[in-house]
Amino acid sequence: MTAPTAPPELVQLLTPEGERIEHPDYDIDLTAEEVRSLYRDLVLVRRVDLEAVALQRQGELGLWASLLGQEAAQVGSGRALTDADMAFPTYREHGVAWCRGVDPLHLLGLFRGVNHGGWDPYEHNFHLYTIVIGSQTLHSVGYAMGIQRDGAEAATIVYFGDGATSQGDVNEAFIWASVFNAPVVFFCQNNQWAISEPLEKQSKIPLYKRASGFGFPGIRVDGNDVFACLAVTRAALRNAREGQGPTLVEAFTYRMGAHTTSDDPTRYRVADELEAWKLKDPIERVKAYLFKNQLADQEFFDKIDAEADLLGKDLRARCLALPDPQPGAIFDHVYAEPHALLAEEREQFTTYLAGFEGAQ
Amino acid sequence: MTTLTLAKALNEGLRAAMDADSKVLVMGEDVGKLGGVFRVTDGLQKDFGEDRVIDTPLAESGIIGTAIGLALRGYRPVCEIQFDGFVFPAADQIITQLAKMPLRSLGKIKLPVVVRIPCGGGIGAVEHHSESPESYFTHTAGLRVVACSNPVDAYTMIQDAVRCDDPVVFFEPKRRYWDKADVEFGAPGLPLDRARVAREGDDVTLVAYGPMVKTCLEAAAAAEEDGRSVGVIDLRSLNPLDMPVVRDAVNRTGRCVVVHEAPVFSGLGGEIAARVTEQCFYRLEAPVLRVGGFSTPYPPSRLEDHYLPDLDRILEAVDRVFGY
Repeated sequence: MTAPTAPPELVQLLTPEGERIEHPDYDIDLTAEEVRSLYRDLVLVRRVDLEAVALQRQGELGLWASLLGQEAAQVGSGRALTDADMAFPTYREHGVAWCRGVDPLHLLGLFRGVNHGGWDPYEHNFHLYTIVIGSQTLHSVGYAMGIQRDGAEAATIVYFGDGATSQGDVNEAFIWASVFNAPVVFFCQNNQWAISEPLEKQSKIPLYKRASGFGFPGIRVDGNDVFACLAVTRAALRNAREGQGPTLVEAFTYRMGAHTTSDDPTRYRVADELEAWKLKDPIERVKAYLFKNQLADQEFFDKIDAEADLLGKDLRARCLALPDPQPGAIFDHVYAEPHALLAEEREQFTTYLAGFEGAQ
Repeated sequence: MTTLTLAKALNEGLRAAMDADSKVLVMGEDVGKLGGVFRVTDGLQKDFGEDRVIDTPLAESGIIGTAIGLALRGYRPVCEIQFDGFVFPAADQIITQLAKMPLRSLGKIKLPVVVRIPCGGGIGAVEHHSESPESYFTHTAGLRVVACSNPVDAYTMIQDAVRCDDPVVFFEPKRRYWDKADVEFGAPGLPLDRARVAREGDDVTLVAYGPMVKTCLEAAAAAEEDGRSVGVIDLRSLNPLDMPVVRDAVNRTGRCVVVHEAPVFSGLGGEIAARVTEQCFYRLEAPVLRVGGFSTPYPPSRLEDHYLPDLDRILEAVDRVFGY
């Protein structure tokens, strides 16, 4: 372990070269097995993402929002959660979904268009993807207020991006969380880009500094350092559970891919930027650390790669086998209780469709 | 039987709902110590505590967004939007989240959130305090939209709305808050999605809801003096519409006039007129007419009497519907 080298405002525990460094406020004690497990998460999550991008390119998904480059931020924070904590994602938290135990097939279902979400948020305490930017921050605060009223030992974590910090809802969520001292961790993945708009279009100050104006702590963490993301999120969640209120964590990272598969980043950013960030890759540094410290051998890495390939292959097969929903499913679950108008429209539509039966 | 104002009937209904289910919360601006600007939540915080009657920061999207979160955790929040014209900052949360999240979850999520909105004009208020935004919400699938018109319905409808597992936008006619009626505590009302025949009539059917029900009843009484038998339907539920009740009434009279404060153009009256035309075509003696607000922003209060449908404008429409 060496002395701190990173800028003081950035919590970093593992350098891009795979060196463990100290931080005065945050540290983490991981067994070799735990580090190998984090590495496995990072690799498998990237593989799921890669497969999904390929499926979109082949016309099997309508869209995909790649998490490439943000694996450490998502796995680090996702692995900091207890079962009782509740996570509120955007539409890019495939890595957090993985950590919560959500079958990646569910994520593909949404982007394939067989439903708008469809997994049970309560089964893994992982809420549905939210596409409207920032809306979920308020949901997470409300949920956290419910935790307070239940007297439960739990917290919520809500994910959002740098662009979302400009939204009114996010700022209202900060106010609510502060005023009610709600047990919530605001986890902002600052990936530097809101589609084509760089951070300068959203903020004149570092995002984590916004928190102080709302009356709670803000911390910037190296979002490509899974150790630091785990340590910082774990501490923030613990503080929340212990009644110390919210924390804003700004995970400083980079969107290595396009915003979504419909986007073309070559129109608005230079290739050098991507090359610079590739040197800070979240997976390579863990691999270097494992290698250098002889915590894993080539056989281990080969095994993980093989597992990733199998995962991708299996996911592809199951995605292609996803059946289209029946036409009548349009009317399902719009209301929890009987609704006369919907019942009438369903009946008319069913009769209409039946008119085609037997037709050539 | 107790004589209550409509505001007090809502208050008693909320109290009963909170007594019946400890998960029921009330939240909004000034709902605590003040009891709400119309005193609908008067005394509730004193009796149920600050954890169940929550004075919120002054931000409507935040009220609805956090209510959704509370509902996800198993609570049944009743949100107060202070005035109709201030619901729009919350419109995004209501339309994109509250209305659609249960579907998004394929039914795993239920959001029993009530959004109370004092609505309508006639109280001499400044801008943004007299609006009728119901059509924005009836147009949004996933929401139920209701409007009470009198203390008896107010008392039962608010309890039914709280019990309902779907999100309910609950319109309260603010100029009728001080109207009084005898209310029987504990008595059940009509189901939340049913219309009520407020007055039987043989010659023409007026269809109204919220503040216009009383105006229509007054118009019907006046028309009776002229020898016309005017019936009045109080819709109560705006989405879904209870069309069987409307259809039966119009099939009897053959004439229908829809009355609301909201602008006629693209208003709920257009939907009702279309449905009545489809369902009562062979019994209609005249086209369905509509009386409502103009296609203007709500006017300054010195002009609101000209904007709001009143007895004369309703009776004029009744005359016209007999002119065919």
